[in-house]
Amino acid sequence: MSSTTTTQTGLPSDGVMRAADGTPLKRSLARALRREKLRSFLLILPLLAFITITFIAPIADMLFRSVENGMVEETIPRTVEALKSWDATSGELPDEAVFEAFHADFVEAFKNKTHTRLGLRLNYEQPGMSGLFRKSGRRATNLEPPYKEGFIDIDEDWGALETWQVIKRASPPLTDGYFLAAVDAERTADGIQMKPEKERIYLFLFWRTLFLSIVITLSCLVLGYPIAYLLANLPLRTSNVLMILVLLPFWTSLLVRTSAWKVLLQQQGVINDTLVWIGLIDDAHRLTMINNQTGTIIAMTHILLPFMILPLFSVMKTISPSYVRAAKSLGANDWTAFWRVYFPQSVPGIGAGAILVFILAIGYYITPELVGGTSGIFISNRIAYHISTSLNWGLAAALGAILLGLVMLLFYVYDRIVGIDNVKLG
Amino acid sequence: MSSNRGAAVRFESVQKSYDGETLVVKNLNLDIARGEFLTMLGPSGSGKTTCLMMLAGFEPATHGEIFLNDHPINNVPPHKRGIGMVFQNYALFPHMTVAENLAFPLQVRGMDKSEQERRIKRALEMVELGAFGSRRPAQLSGGQQQRVAVARALVFDPELVLMDEPLGALDKQLREQMQYEIKHIHESLGVTVVYVTHDQTEALTMSDRVAVFNDGVIQQLSPPEALYEEPQNSFVAQFIGENNKLSGEVAALNGKQCMVRLDDGSELLADAVNVGGVGSRTTISLRPERIEVVPTDQQENQVEGLVEELIYLGDHIRVRMKVAGNDEFIVKVRNRGQRWDLQEGQMRKIGWSAKDCKALDAVS
Ligand SMILES: Nc1ncnc2c1ncn2[C@@H]1O[C@H](COP(=O)(O)OP(=O)(O)O)[C@@H](O)[C@H]1O
Ligand SMILES: [Mg+2]
Repeated sequence: MSSTTTTQTGLPSDGVMRAADGTPLKRSLARALRREKLRSFLLILPLLAFITITFIAPIADMLFRSVENGMVEETIPRTVEALKSWDATSGELPDEAVFEAFHADFVEAFKNKTHTRLGLRLNYEQPGMSGLFRKSGRRATNLEPPYKEGFIDIDEDWGALETWQVIKRASPPLTDGYFLAAVDAERTADGIQMKPEKERIYLFLFWRTLFLSIVITLSCLVLGYPIAYLLANLPLRTSNVLMILVLLPFWTSLLVRTSAWKVLLQQQGVINDTLVWIGLIDDAHRLTMINNQTGTIIAMTHILLPFMILPLFSVMKTISPSYVRAAKSLGANDWTAFWRVYFPQSVPGIGAGAILVFILAIGYYITPELVGGTSGIFISNRIAYHISTSLNWGLAAALGAILLGLVMLLFYVYDRIVGIDNVKLG
Repeated sequence: MSSNRGAAVRFESVQKSYDGETLVVKNLNLDIARGEFLTMLGPSGSGKTTCLMMLAGFEPATHGEIFLNDHPINNVPPHKRGIGMVFQNYALFPHMTVAENLAFPLQVRGMDKSEQERRIKRALEMVELGAFGSRRPAQLSGGQQQRVAVARALVFDPELVLMDEPLGALDKQLREQMQYEIKHIHESLGVTVVYVTHDQTEALTMSDRVAVFNDGVIQQLSPPEALYEEPQNSFVAQFIGENNKLSGEVAALNGKQCMVRLDDGSELLADAVNVGGVGSRTTISLRPERIEVVPTDQQENQVEGLVEELIYLGDHIRVRMKVAGNDEFIVKVRNRGQRWDLQEGQMRKIGWSAKDCKALDAVS
């Protein structure tokens, strides 16, 4: 009888709580929890794998590529080694040993046909290097000692101090060159400097991307807020119909919509024609609304508007009409009731909509490409150019990494100011 | 109606329709005296909230006129009516503290800071929440939120306060306590209160007068006792308190009393409250506690019934009987320690006085 008493109270003589089967309670609880954790882990495993492969890995790869520079050392390992003892600031050319090592590397590179790729890589550091490598080609492989004179004989650039400074500078396995280029700076003999005024493009593009994204976010807010308000306060049937209209843009391809804007906005387009026809503007002064910033702003506002309306709507839907009624019964007129009672409660929706639109806008590519002309393009268009046309993936990666950093920084600032808890997505 | 000058609120032939097809409020005429506690009581959907919304100005009356202190207010916007209002879900502004909530009506009236603070303090003390001014509504319990809502509706000294089922979300004990507190505040401030509820106990305990609503019509407007003792029609008799129905036909009419022949042939003497002429159908309404299981000679009505079920409830015994074909006939026998020798299956003579049973309109 005494043993049953202990199990009933749960506190046997040794002071350890035990489950019905006699195992300590703590251990059996831990086991039960572990099973549960394992099960939830197994449930998310497919998604985790998918995200790792399609999202985390590419981003890691991009971050790595933006500083990766193994190619120089792989292609001309002996030269890199020999150059270590050369002082680039001495004002003298490397000695014969370096040239000999370079010759040996070059012969091998030529055989593997990697010397032109190396030339291309060095060309990012200094224009002309690609031509130098290509031109030297077979003749350099047939050189006899002394190699120094031989190379200079092929092209006098091999005798230029700068050529060897560039090679030495580009030889470490990691480089900051892409990042410098991405912020319009370069490494010269006198250290890091900004590029000449007329060669700078990226900082300006980053700034423009930010600025246009903010303008687009604001215009989405101004246009979307009243619509969301209307949607949230109409009877369900009417609001459902209107909601379909809001979502209508999602039903057609982005490309088609963007092209539609082209038709509407161009100088011989529908809007200009109409304005001329009703005499608001004359034929010689048709408005340019496309292939510039205006085009980008108009088209992207249109495309991103639903992303503002939906979170706003879902937040406003939860604001009971009795709040505004209460405010009015307490003596507030329509505006005060809206501004002091309704608006503050809709702020989480504004936060969510704004951050969604802004982040989508800042990385947008296709619309600025099609309607932005030159003055309306974004940094993403430049990234795309480096990925698919100039094939300078390192620079593209550096630009992408900066963009990512920028978004995260803004997100942080936003969190400090608005508070991410104040954002409600649904 | 103009005879009733001086009423705080007057509804004059007010009708309301939302869809243009059905009337939700049908020809409402109602005077509410200054300082009165008037309750609109009725089942859900009977149009109580609609009346309150028309009074507050959130719904326009489809027809008729509403007067506030003898001024027509149909065209006065809600924020100019100066009516305090307590909503069912309290509608406390979630982004403001309790003190800010209370300050809101004072700020929009442009009251100066020190006066605001004085009033907020007074209002919070009135509802015994003096220390809670800096809390957010979400940090308060349901009962505390309720008090804040009451304080906010009163802080700007309105003459009229509307409350729409303000205690509906509270549990029973808290509800009873709040009923008392609201009543107390009403008495000490002397404001006019229009109170909406579907809970008859609440209506009976708090009100000066109760307007019983059904189907958009006031069925009866009386002080609480009259509502229970002298129901004017079958709906009110049925809605307020427990009630036995017996249907029959008026056999003879003699001034205030009438003879009713029940469907099984037995005849009863009843107060003729709401009956047609001889031969018309009627429903007799009878409270279960007015029936004696050992009738005395003074009781005019004595009938035989079959005891179907006995339920012991401590202070009284509920006896379900079959009387004149109605097997839901309830008799409440007070427990005074006597043994009445009641048994299930027993045929038994029961009786009641004619003044305790009312002949009302027939119900199907
Ligand atoms: N805004 C509205 N639109 C249409 N019908 C309504 C509206 N509000 C209430 N009703 C209808 O009016 C009737 C009375 O409603 P209400 O006044 O809320 O009743 P109660 O408050 O007594 O429960 C109900 O049938 C309800 O469906
Ligand atoms: Mg209601």
